[in-house]
Amino acid sequence: MNAREEILTRIRTALQDVPEVAPEVDVPVEWEYHRATRTEGVLDLFVERVEDYKAAVVRANSGEVPGRIVEALNAHDVHSVVLPAGLDPTWRAALEASEIEVRDDTPLDRAQLDTTDAVVTAACVGAAETGTIFLDHRPDQGRRALTLVPDMHVCVIRADQVVSDVPEAITRVAPSVRENQLPVTMISGGSATSDIELSRVEGVHGPRTLHVVLVQD
Amino acid sequence: MTLVHRQSTIPVAGPPAPRYEGPNRRTPAPPAGELVDSPGFPTAARRELDLPVQRGNLHQAMTTIRTKRQQCVSELDHWEELRLAGEAIKNRTLRHLDSYLVQLEENLTAAGATVHWARDAAEANRIITGLVKEALADEEVHYDGTGVVGDEVVKVKSMVTQEIDMNEALEAAGVAAWETDLAEIIVQLGHDRPSHFLVPAIHRNRAEVREIFLAEMGTYGKPAPPDLDSEPRNLAGAARLHLREKFLRAKVGISGANFAVADTGTLVVVESEGNGRMCLTLPQTLISVVGVEKVLPTFDDLEVFLQLLPRSSTAERMNPYTSMWTGPTGGDGPEKMHVVLLDNGRSRVLADRIGREALRCIRCSACLNVCPVYEKVGGHAYGSVYPGPIGSILTPQLRGTTSAVDRSLPFASSLCGACFEVCPVRIPIPELLVYMRNQVVESKKAEAKSKPGMPFLAHGEPAAMTGAAWMMADSRRWSAATKGVGLSGRILGKADHLGPMPWPLSKWTNARDVPIPPQESFRSWYKRERGGGSR
Repeated sequence: MNAREEILTRIRTALQDVPEVAPEVDVPVEWEYHRATRTEGVLDLFVERVEDYKAAVVRANSGEVPGRIVEALNAHDVHSVVLPAGLDPTWRAALEASEIEVRDDTPLDRAQLDTTDAVVTAACVGAAETGTIFLDHRPDQGRRALTLVPDMHVCVIRADQVVSDVPEAITRVAPSVRENQLPVTMISGGSATSDIELSRVEGVHGPRTLHVVLVQD
Repeated sequence: MTLVHRQSTIPVAGPPAPRYEGPNRRTPAPPAGELVDSPGFPTAARRELDLPVQRGNLHQAMTTIRTKRQQCVSELDHWEELRLAGEAIKNRTLRHLDSYLVQLEENLTAAGATVHWARDAAEANRIITGLVKEALADEEVHYDGTGVVGDEVVKVKSMVTQEIDMNEALEAAGVAAWETDLAEIIVQLGHDRPSHFLVPAIHRNRAEVREIFLAEMGTYGKPAPPDLDSEPRNLAGAARLHLREKFLRAKVGISGANFAVADTGTLVVVESEGNGRMCLTLPQTLISVVGVEKVLPTFDDLEVFLQLLPRSSTAERMNPYTSMWTGPTGGDGPEKMHVVLLDNGRSRVLADRIGREALRCIRCSACLNVCPVYEKVGGHAYGSVYPGPIGSILTPQLRGTTSAVDRSLPFASSLCGACFEVCPVRIPIPELLVYMRNQVVESKKAEAKSKPGMPFLAHGEPAAMTGAAWMMADSRRWSAATKGVGLSGRILGKADHLGPMPWPLSKWTNARDVPIPPQESFRSWYKRERGGGSR
């Protein structure tokens, strides 16, 4: 018997006491999926919770976004920025007009990414309760390494992408996984560790600075 | 209860890889000896209690995390609902594990990953070593006079690769496996062993970490800055620099998975530092080792577990990074993905209708953080990669109850019940501890019975209990009896427990250790101190 057959046989032998009924019938789960936990104050809560992770959040209307992106990068003394191919052209134009060197992901290799100071991306979903941003790495967000290797991530999220909590967010992101098999990255603040004496320190391997622009029109 | 246990013919966890003792080690050598050969818990605990710095570190850290967890959990008014949902989803999965595994395999394969099955640690290590060798085959390998340079992998922190001692198996095959989680590199560079699920270097304080980094980093890569101080921020910065070059050149990444979603073929890794994302994204080949109990039926179930896990483990609303991937994605991340589904004793645990509840564990470590015993002795006393309350029930189930340490683990608890209160999937750990104690006694009795020349009276124990009841029912008989043991206590002197005794007491003691009786009974102490008047 090969390993697969043997393990499955062991498991079936172990489960002889389980009746042959559908799992949903055998063990009901008393949980209402996809539920919104609140309807009011979602955006304010999102801002508060992202800031709790010591990430900066600025609010802007659509017209102000390009300016806010350039301001944030300049404030952190960024000299080079990588942009995903599908980024909003008005944001790209503002960056190209600035002093900052714009790099396209042609793709850049790891060493090139390592010497790039920042990345600017859009987002997929935001969860207010936990201050989490979900990326599904479509062309306006770029492949995973882009939002990982450079030390600063400027992430632009629209108000209509922000939902109450994890269940709603998982529901929103599910089609990306089910239909397109896209990878998903959940980001809650900058990279951090609690590994030394369980005290939280911001900044290990991922971007040490997360800057969020929340777009409300 | 015991019938279920005895019927199981399913093998226990296989032995982990032997420690590689050869010359030209490529990674820091862990301590000598195997965990399973550790002394019984009481002996190991005494050893650990003699480490005042460790005790201080643990007390400090545990106090912090307990308070944080309480705050974080009390924010959600539906926490109990979530726990019940977590329990039910895991029960559903475990009771139909065969069909969910088949579904997972189908969807992983459809997504472009290659699925392997491993019966035990040795088989998993053989598969992994083969895959690593294959992935590195066309690498430019050169010799620097001591060993091969270029054969290396980067690892996401993972309990299951520790369980199978994968790093040592790879070391023996000439491949360096680099831990990349901050606490794990503290342990690896410190020639040490992990002592906690989540924070394996919890027994170390910042000053110790600084010393380890200064002494060891330079031997294995970029040295720590010579002026490194013990500020956690700067220690993390030193790790960032040391590991960056390893991430940038890595060809193979190895991970575990917190969850494996059957209906989509998605694997999920929950982490904080971004080292996980580095390992999951930058190498060309990704090998994920997944215990068969990690399956979740549907992607939707993640909404429950992604709330339960971070709040229970790091006591945060959400951990900084969670990665989900469903096979390779062209142009983004590894091109080749392998998934090794591991049994290693899990099907045996599943066969025990009571013990199987332990398989719901999502390795959050909340039970360690509230355990008064763990806080005093730390993780090393448990002689297992799974320490603390959950380890005390899971380890002897996975490995069987034959070694001294595995037999002692179910007794490493005061049964205070705090572990159940915090468990996000409601594992009744105290009840399982009592159940496992019974299992240990049963296995010792079976062993004694099978020894030739050892008379065994089938119903000796009930007879002994009846005798005890008769003795305890009358205060004069009890006084006389306890006087006797008090005397024997004085005679026995310094030993701290009684081993097997002659018949008929052997009915009890051939499967149990009995503490040396106090030199004076409470009754006689009371009589002496408070003077006369007993009843």
